[in-house]
Amino acid sequence: MNTHAAPSLVNRIYGPRAWLALAAFALIVFVAFPVANLVLPASSPLHLSAYWVALAGKIMCYAIVALAMDLIWGYAGILSLGHGLFFALGGYAMGMYLMRQIGREGQYKSDLPDFMVFLDWKALPWTWWNSDQFWWAAFLVVAVPGLLAFVFGWFAFRSRIRGVYFSIITQALTYAAMLLFFRNETGFGGNNGFTDFKRILGFDITAPQTRMALFMTTGAALILSLLAGRYIVTSKAGRVLQAIRDAEARVMFCGYDTRHYKLAVWTFSAVLCGIAGALYVPQVGIINPGEMSPANSIEIAIWVAVGGRGTLAGAVIGAFLVNGAKSFFTQAFPEYWLYVLGLAFILVTLYLPDGVVGLLQRWRRRLRSGSTVEPVATVKAEGDNA
Amino acid sequence: MSEAIVNAPAAETFTEGDRADADFGHVLGQGLDASHGVVLYVEGVSVSFDGFRALNELSLSIDVGELRCVIGPNGAGKTTMMDVITGRTRPDAGRVFFGQTIDLTRLNESQIAQAGIGRKFQKPTIFEYLSVFENLELAMKADKVVRRTLFSRLSSEEGDRIAAMLEQIRLVGDASRRAGELSHGQKQWLEIGMLLMQEPRLLLLDEPVAGMSDEETERTAELFLSLAGRHSLVVVEHDMAFIGTIARKVTVLHEGSVLAEGSLAEVQNDPRVIEVYLGR
Repeated sequence: MNTHAAPSLVNRIYGPRAWLALAAFALIVFVAFPVANLVLPASSPLHLSAYWVALAGKIMCYAIVALAMDLIWGYAGILSLGHGLFFALGGYAMGMYLMRQIGREGQYKSDLPDFMVFLDWKALPWTWWNSDQFWWAAFLVVAVPGLLAFVFGWFAFRSRIRGVYFSIITQALTYAAMLLFFRNETGFGGNNGFTDFKRILGFDITAPQTRMALFMTTGAALILSLLAGRYIVTSKAGRVLQAIRDAEARVMFCGYDTRHYKLAVWTFSAVLCGIAGALYVPQVGIINPGEMSPANSIEIAIWVAVGGRGTLAGAVIGAFLVNGAKSFFTQAFPEYWLYVLGLAFILVTLYLPDGVVGLLQRWRRRLRSGSTVEPVATVKAEGDNA
Repeated sequence: MSEAIVNAPAAETFTEGDRADADFGHVLGQGLDASHGVVLYVEGVSVSFDGFRALNELSLSIDVGELRCVIGPNGAGKTTMMDVITGRTRPDAGRVFFGQTIDLTRLNESQIAQAGIGRKFQKPTIFEYLSVFENLELAMKADKVVRRTLFSRLSSEEGDRIAAMLEQIRLVGDASRRAGELSHGQKQWLEIGMLLMQEPRLLLLDEPVAGMSDEETERTAELFLSLAGRHSLVVVEHDMAFIGTIARKVTVLHEGSVLAEGSLAEVQNDPRVIEVYLGR
C-alpha cells in the first residue's frame, strides 16, 4: 500500500486520463474553434459560425460559475442561492468599462453613457471613478464580489448560520441587490443595464477576431479555475472542507477554526464568479439586473446537481449539459423549457444523487469489476483514477 | 486557589512569534502550566437552559495523569460539563481553568482543542467520506491555519506517526477505506485514534465503549490504562463493569453538582448515591 507517500503535484491534481481529457479540451478551445471559425471559409462544411462561438463562450462562463458553486456546495457543504449576484457584480464592473469605451459614439454623442444623458445627469457619479481604465475594471471585477462575499461571510459564519438558513439569506441578498440595481438613481443603468458596447481595449467588440480572443480567454480561465479548484480540494485544506461538510463539530474539536476555512473558500468562490461575469458581458453584449434574479442563482445549483457534486469536473459537465439543452429548447420549444428544467432537477434528485458523473463512475466500476451492485456513493472526488 | 489563576489570562501565554501568525487563525502558545499538579479546575460552574439548571455550582479538579470516571443518572449534567470545558457552552457563572493559567471560558472550541484538550463524542463522530488515513491526518497535531494546510505536504515523519497510530488502533489494513464503512466499534477506535493524534494533555471521553463488543471494551480499558499517566483522562460511562476495570477515582454527578467522590467501592456504598440511583 502506498498511501503514505505524498504524490507529486501533477499526479495529485489529476490522473493521466484526466490530464489527457483536459489537453483534448484545450485543443478544442485553442486550435479547433479558431481554425473552424476564422480560417475555414464560410462555405466549408466544417466552418463554425459566430453563433456557436458565442454560445460555447457563454457556457464556459457558466461552467466557471458552476465550478465555483461546487467548491462551496460539493466540498464545504454550503449551498449558496445567491451566486448569481457575484457573477452579475463582475459583469457590471466590466460593463462600466465597456460603457466608457463607447466614447462619444452613443446616441447622444456625449462623454457620459447614454442612460446618464437621458436622466439629465451632468457628471459621472463617484462609483464610476477611473472606470475608463481597464486595469481598474479588472481590479473591481475581483475586488467587489470578493469584498462583498468576505464581509457577508464574516458575519454569517461568525454567527454560525448554516444549512437552509444560509441559503435563504444568500437568496435574499441577491434579491435585494437586484431591486437596488433596478433603480435609476443607483447609477448603473436601471432595468436596462448596460448594452450597445462598441470596443474592448480599443478593439471592435463585434469583430470575429475580438470575439475569438474573448472565447479563448474564457477557455483559459475555465482551465485555470479547474486546476486551482483541484489544487485546493486535493490539499489538506480541501480535506478539512470535506470534513466540515461531514462533521463540523469534530473539525472544531480537532483544533481547526472552521469559520476561516469557510470564509476563505466562500470568498474564492465569489471571486471566480466575478471573473466569469466579466468574461460573459463582452461576449453576450448586455448586463442588466435580471442576472441577479433569484431564479438565476437557483439554476446554478441545478447545473451542479445535474453534473454531480463534489467532483468539479461534474459541475463543468452539468453547466454544459443544462445550458446546451436550454439553448436547444428555448429555440425549438420555448414554452416547455422551464418544465424540462424542473423535471430534470426532480429526476436527478431522485435517481442520480451523484449526478451524471456519479452515474458514469458507477458504470465504469461495474464494467471493471463485473459486479452488479455498487453501493458506495461517490461524493468524494477520485483524483487517482478519474 | 492560587492568585495566578485569577490574574493571568490566556492571552499572556502567547509568545510574539505566535502573535505574528494569529492574523488568520489562532495559534496558541504551548502555555499549559500544570505546575501545581492539576490539569483542570472547574469552580462553581452554573449553566441554565430556559430555567433548567443543567449545572449547579459544579466544582471538581483533575490531576495531571489522572484517569477519572464520571457517572450519574440521565440529566445529571455530564455532557453539559464536557460542553463547558470544550467551549461549546458558556457558563452563566463560575470558572474553568486548564492548568494554572488558561481560562477556558475565554476561548472557542478550536482554540481549546489547540491548547490541548481532546473530546470524544457520545456518538462516534468521524469524517465518513474521508479515508481512515485522512481522518488521522486531519486530526494530527500541526499548524491548523488555512494557508498552512493549503500548501502543506505530508512529511515522511508525519506519515510514520499516522502508521504507528493505525497500528495502535488496529486499523492498518483499513487505512485507505472510507471511514464510513467501518464497524461501529472500529469507528469508536478511529475517533479515539484521532484524539490521540492531537496529542492532547487532557482527554474527555463521552461513553467511549457504547456499542463495543466485550473484546473491544476490554482492549479499550487496556488502552485507557496505558494512556493514564502520560495524559489525563475524564471518562463518562454508564457501563459499570467497564468503570470497575479502569476506575481509580469516581465522581458522581447529580442535578448538576458533585454528589460524591472517591473509589468505586466508596461511592457505591454511599447512601446518597444509592438513593439517587434507586429512587426514594
